[in-house]
Amino acid sequence: MTEKILGEVQPAVPFYKSPERFGGMFGWIFSTDHKRIGILYLLSILFFFLTGVSLGFLMRLELLAPGPTLMKPQTYNALFTLHGVIMIFLFVIPGIPAIFGNFFLPIQIGARDVAFPRINLLSWWIYMAGALLALLSLFTGGGPIDTGWTFYVPYSLRTTVNVPLAVFGVFVLGFSSILTGINFVTTVHWLRAPGMTWFRLPLFVWSLYATAWVQILVTPVVGITLLLTLLERLVGVGVFDPAKGGDPILYQHLFWIYSHPAVYIMILPAMGVISEILPVFARRTIFGYKAIAFSSLAIASVGSLVWGHHMFVSGQSDLASLIFSFLTFLVAVPSAIKVFNWVATLYKGSIEVEPPLLFSLTFIFLFSIGGLTGLFQGALALDVHLHDTYWIVGHFHYVIFGGTGFAIFGTLHYWLPKMFGRMYRKKISYLAWAVIFVGFNTLYFPMLILGWEGMPRRYYDYLAPFHTLQLISTIGSWILIAGLILMFVNLFYSIFKGERVGDNPWGGATLEWQIPSPPIRENFEKIPTVTRGPYDYGCS
Amino acid sequence: MDVHENQHSEGSKTGMWLFILSEILLFGGLFILYAVYRFKHPSAFHLAAEELSRPLGTINTLILITSSLTMALSILSLKKGDRRSSLMFLAATLFLGFLFLLIKYFEWAGKISHQIFPDSPRLLERNQGEILFYGLYYSMTGLHALHLLVGLGVLFAMGFLIAKQKVNRANIVPLENSGLYWHLVDIIWIFLFPLFYLIT
Repeated sequence: MTEKILGEVQPAVPFYKSPERFGGMFGWIFSTDHKRIGILYLLSILFFFLTGVSLGFLMRLELLAPGPTLMKPQTYNALFTLHGVIMIFLFVIPGIPAIFGNFFLPIQIGARDVAFPRINLLSWWIYMAGALLALLSLFTGGGPIDTGWTFYVPYSLRTTVNVPLAVFGVFVLGFSSILTGINFVTTVHWLRAPGMTWFRLPLFVWSLYATAWVQILVTPVVGITLLLTLLERLVGVGVFDPAKGGDPILYQHLFWIYSHPAVYIMILPAMGVISEILPVFARRTIFGYKAIAFSSLAIASVGSLVWGHHMFVSGQSDLASLIFSFLTFLVAVPSAIKVFNWVATLYKGSIEVEPPLLFSLTFIFLFSIGGLTGLFQGALALDVHLHDTYWIVGHFHYVIFGGTGFAIFGTLHYWLPKMFGRMYRKKISYLAWAVIFVGFNTLYFPMLILGWEGMPRRYYDYLAPFHTLQLISTIGSWILIAGLILMFVNLFYSIFKGERVGDNPWGGATLEWQIPSPPIRENFEKIPTVTRGPYDYGCS
Repeated sequence: MDVHENQHSEGSKTGMWLFILSEILLFGGLFILYAVYRFKHPSAFHLAAEELSRPLGTINTLILITSSLTMALSILSLKKGDRRSSLMFLAATLFLGFLFLLIKYFEWAGKISHQIFPDSPRLLERNQGEILFYGLYYSMTGLHALHLLVGLGVLFAMGFLIAKQKVNRANIVPLENSGLYWHLVDIIWIFLFPLFYLIT
């Protein structure tokens, strides 16, 4: 095929202007171009992110002062449930793979598209269908769910709110995730360009590859768990209902067999992006390429075996708890390998602190706090004290928001100029970063202290001694949101009005920087032959 | 055409195997539940399993295994370019699959007419192990039947495509992938059959 395209000299028509089967909006929602699908995901996922942020903002507002402030307790219960469901299932889990994986995975391995373009489009449709079902559940049946995002039985079997539809929505979302995983594994195996050996793969691809395996292997387990919860609600099969002999702890096992690895679905692609950004801005090849690549696989596999640490106080056996605690400490090792290699990459580099790097460095800092606080609750005795407190909320937000969230912001700053060929205003980005960073820590650090002092999570009200820290935390949420608005307005503006930049504004060596910005349809005039590693700056 | 054209059919198969892997884990969750509850209530599982009809279960097992054979023969025929036999074997597979569902339907209907179904007052009077046994029985055979139903739809579509020559000797992967799926459905039943009918 290449011969045909070789002959013609084509002007670089950006992918979003190249003709589709349908015009206008249909050209987007029925396009099988992986880049258009990436943009579809970008818009839908950011929409749900902003929804989730608004819900979190309302929760913090309620906690401004002790006692009822703004809403009824039931509304608060619905808010923390929806905040969790939306942020986890609609934002962070699909997040980086669906947006940037779709857009850049084929380009980075030198392919024209993913292995199954139509299934790729289908997975976006399924994602939207799942989201729609979850939204519908708010206004039908018994109204918004109040179970927490974990849908724990037996409460989720007894509550009168619309659990069945919400659970079914999440089940459908799982399908979308599995299809994306299958697509990525197949793409990496079969569509690498000539010369793109496994150890020339960019580390972002390695991380997506490891993530995709986790998506394929553990998502079905939560699928069946949710399906059984649904059956329990509709026909009462009894497998999770203690009144009929069902075991709620078994529900927790099955739920966390997915939902703990899901945390790695959220964080692994973020680590991949960081491994891309650091060498580019340190002007130095990555330190410990293989160690980073294999630690992705190690995190994916060991991380799938630690789910029991969510049940230290649920009544599982002491032996099981001991083993899970040990494995939990073990999974910290590959994460630490990554952090040390990143730091070593920076050592003696000629570092340019552009916005993407700034967000990446912040990722390392905040993720380290998140990771190290995680070790506290992985210790059996300490977890008894910390379990179900604000400590957990603080820890989780440091890992997932401070980690994946900041990585997504960094990725936006890194790749948007590639996707649209225009640069944002860097000064505003620096300012937005500072505001977000201050807001983030003001919001979440007090939570660690509150939890240590015994403030339980998911409570509508609190005792007077907690007031000061709760107040500080709420003020932090205002600062954070101001920073987010600043950042998104700046980025959004740049897509349309930003200054035009060349194909390779950062001086990256991976394949996406060797093609026009924005990329053309099918990415390459001619499939490249790869002769060097992804971070080989000397030869470029 | 695509540079990876010749790899594409291989890629499709990789994708299908990955999908099958995820299906196995979907049922895996149910098998875990079965194992745990059987361990907790061995005698109740024994009692409840005695009530299922072994002859019907055995007949259904034979039917499904035979259907896997006809499925394989259909692929083989198409590989040899014999479209007629391929369609005939496919029709046989469809028929056997349908027969399996029919027998399953009568089994379920029989149990339901005896007031044994999830949440029925008769079942709730019995001990927890038996409630769980039937909860699992209905969930697992139900999910399996649903997969079989989807399989029938896929095979029907394949028959249509073969008749239209869109799936043929040169483009056989869709049929092979459908075959893989059909065998998966078969294999799951091979595990369900002893667990519910034979181990008492």
